[in-house]
Amino acid sequence: MTVNTSFDDGTLTLRFEGELDHHAARGAVRDVERAIEAHLPRACVLNLDGLSFMDSSGIAVILKAHRRVSELGATLLVTGARAQPLKVLAAAKLERLITIEHQKELYI
Amino acid sequence: MKEINGVKLEFTSKSANEGFARAAVAVFASQLDPTLDELNDIKTAVSEAVTNCIVHAYPDEIGKILVRAKLFSDNSVEIVVRDWGLGIPDVDAAREPMFTTGGEERSGMGFTIMESFMDRLRVRSAAGKGTTVTMRRTISVRAARK
Repeated sequence: MTVNTSFDDGTLTLRFEGELDHHAARGAVRDVERAIEAHLPRACVLNLDGLSFMDSSGIAVILKAHRRVSELGATLLVTGARAQPLKVLAAAKLERLITIEHQKELYI
Repeated sequence: MKEINGVKLEFTSKSANEGFARAAVAVFASQLDPTLDELNDIKTAVSEAVTNCIVHAYPDEIGKILVRAKLFSDNSVEIVVRDWGLGIPDVDAAREPMFTTGGEERSGMGFTIMESFMDRLRVRSAAGKGTTVTMRRTISVRAARK
């Protein structure tokens, strides 16, 4: 599980790759927090297109990012989730709290 | 309904084993010819159940986790995840969405996800003796199959 960071014009993009479970979550939270503190973004994008698996541990990682980003007055967008992580996001009704961008081509 | 195959896995409550447990059960259940979505549902539910053992049953020690999977003649799979840890004081409360005693790193959605991804979920727990989670899922019989 890796988190790749890119920052451009106030937008911090964090791309997750691999399997995000409880085992990987602690490292993911640390990487996300470090990146947010380093860049203090105006907008943050969590790109999940590299995630082949995610369970509810991923929900906690996203909620943590949401909390910190909200404190900064910035926006958070979750994008690129494949079918399995998307179903977990839906079961947790995360779209009530966070904008989840659905990308049709990623439903394959 | 007849049991047609069964497997038993025992491992220690180390978080590195979460991936092993869900992958092993998924490979075993693939004998029922599930779709990728069905297989992912099973993987996700197993991951949640095993994570609960690691986080909640054995918070301060490494304990034993047993996963048993059985395939039945009606094309269903039953998965039992058992620990001998702390137990859940109030199972009904623990099954409520967003309920967690796991702190900020947990979302409290584990049982909710197990419930919505499987057909049936039963939780039995006794304080100090451990918890047994039993899940069942029927795999759709695909038209192309004989």
